[in-house]
Amino acid sequence: MEKILSRNFGNGEAYFLASYESGGGYTGLRQALKMKPNDLTELVKESGLRGRGGAGFPTGMKWAFIPKNTLKPVYLCVNADEGEPGTFKDREILRWDPHLLVEGIIIAAYALGCKTSYVYIRGEFVSEGERLDYAINEAQKAGYLGKNILGSGFNLDLFIHKGAGAYICGEETALLESLEGKRGYPRLKPPFPAVEGLFRCPTIVNNVETLANLPSIITHGPKWFRQWGTEKAPGMRLYAVSGHVQRPGVYELSLNISLMKLITEHAGGLRSGRRLKAVIPGGASSSVLRADECEVAMDFEALAAKGTMAGSGAVIVMDDTTCMVKVLRVLSSFFAHESCGQCTPCREGSAWLSKIIERLERGEGTQADLDLLFDITDNMKGKTICVFSDAAAAPVESIVKKFREEFEQHLADRACRIEGRGGE
Amino acid sequence: MNTQFSKEAEKKFTEIVSRYPRKDAALLPVLWLAQEEFEYLSQEVRAYVSARLDVSPARVDGVISFYTLYKTKPMGQHHIQICRNISCSLRGCDQLMSATEKELKIKPGETTEDRKFSYSTVECIAACGGAPALQVNGEYYENVTVKSLKELFKKLRA
Repeated sequence: MEKILSRNFGNGEAYFLASYESGGGYTGLRQALKMKPNDLTELVKESGLRGRGGAGFPTGMKWAFIPKNTLKPVYLCVNADEGEPGTFKDREILRWDPHLLVEGIIIAAYALGCKTSYVYIRGEFVSEGERLDYAINEAQKAGYLGKNILGSGFNLDLFIHKGAGAYICGEETALLESLEGKRGYPRLKPPFPAVEGLFRCPTIVNNVETLANLPSIITHGPKWFRQWGTEKAPGMRLYAVSGHVQRPGVYELSLNISLMKLITEHAGGLRSGRRLKAVIPGGASSSVLRADECEVAMDFEALAAKGTMAGSGAVIVMDDTTCMVKVLRVLSSFFAHESCGQCTPCREGSAWLSKIIERLERGEGTQADLDLLFDITDNMKGKTICVFSDAAAAPVESIVKKFREEFEQHLADRACRIEGRGGE
Repeated sequence: MNTQFSKEAEKKFTEIVSRYPRKDAALLPVLWLAQEEFEYLSQEVRAYVSARLDVSPARVDGVISFYTLYKTKPMGQHHIQICRNISCSLRGCDQLMSATEKELKIKPGETTEDRKFSYSTVECIAACGGAPALQVNGEYYENVTVKSLKELFKKLRA
């Protein structure tokens, strides 16, 4: 299959401007600068490109929410705070092909009439941040950034803003708070960032992979982009496969690739002699699928129909050596640690879920605990400022419902029967 | 109390502040700068940052305590951060953790007496394709085994 976003992955030279340009880099930008900004937004709408960060919102439609003829500055914030457990695809773009991102940013900024853009990159990405910084400097010197870009009269300053270790800052309004020098507390919506975002000005937040799609969409056109995926979700996507497969890694495939094909053909299948037990198809916040539910396409609609979501494209594969109680303990302890603490149902709920699941894993729980878990998730879902609370509830509900017998077994035996076989 | 940025850091400070339309927005990058400059964010350093950016000491402390990468106490020369999240857990991070505790004789969140090592367990570091993974002072190590971990410790001790 053709590679668009991942064509330079593994090529240690590709991050240099000269190498990027020799592969056709920045031709998308040159073409974009000849268009009217509004036509550019229309073209992205036509392509059907949807956000690759998690929510899958149509990118062109999001851009169109910026108020027309606003007198305030417009900001573009790039979400490079990749933190959804299981997700490691934006890091690949940052370290192998940072100019692909920079070009995408300049195109988007031009379409939005934005003169200042920030890349919010997670603090753990040290060398990735250095690569991006290097690319920005090179682009600046070559006239792709700064004043009067390529003689078009368009100006853009691009800055890196380094996060400092907080999962919630991947949530777009928490990201804006963090960019303003505050604790990353999500904001109530509305107003949506497109109307009132960074510094109370119209703001678009786009994911790294989303923006990396733009140069080729401009060069080849929306029709070309639509040859992959579905009518509602076209294009290719970077799938990050981890867990119990032979070849964990990032695979760029048609957005509606079948989950089983992704696991068996691309990621090399399971470790020898093992059977598939469960898959988390879209990062830690998505509901788990049992092995018998895995005949499904990976597009947003198909996964939603299975009661889960495509999320960030992170596919976590578990074979029959996995203790699902332990999996849930790991996930719940993560959500308890990362709840920002702003809303009571989430702060208290995620902490209690984690404590109860820990004692179930140790074999110290009671039958009543299983019902109590659902009582708590009921009080979390839809009752808070952001969707973190719903994300924390999803694995609890799906894992306990679908693998209840393992929880019952922990209660009956006061221990785990497959303990010690989960990790390699 | 003579906490003050060096000439070079001062230059960086001015450049950082110029990126934002409001001075207080520079708090996160300025805390990073201060941490690089002064090793960790002591009471004095926090007061200095608060004065330099005209933000209240309470806001500075609030921000520092919200994020996990700001250090308020001296750390070891090598900071080992082992991922404990799902993909690493499925591929054996538990063994790396017990091997580390055995090797360093400290628990997560602690620093060895000789200040050579600090050890933490952390949430997903976006290296799930190379699980189990860890970072040492921000540098990634992927597909780590108990054996390669022991070799790494040997290298870091040398």
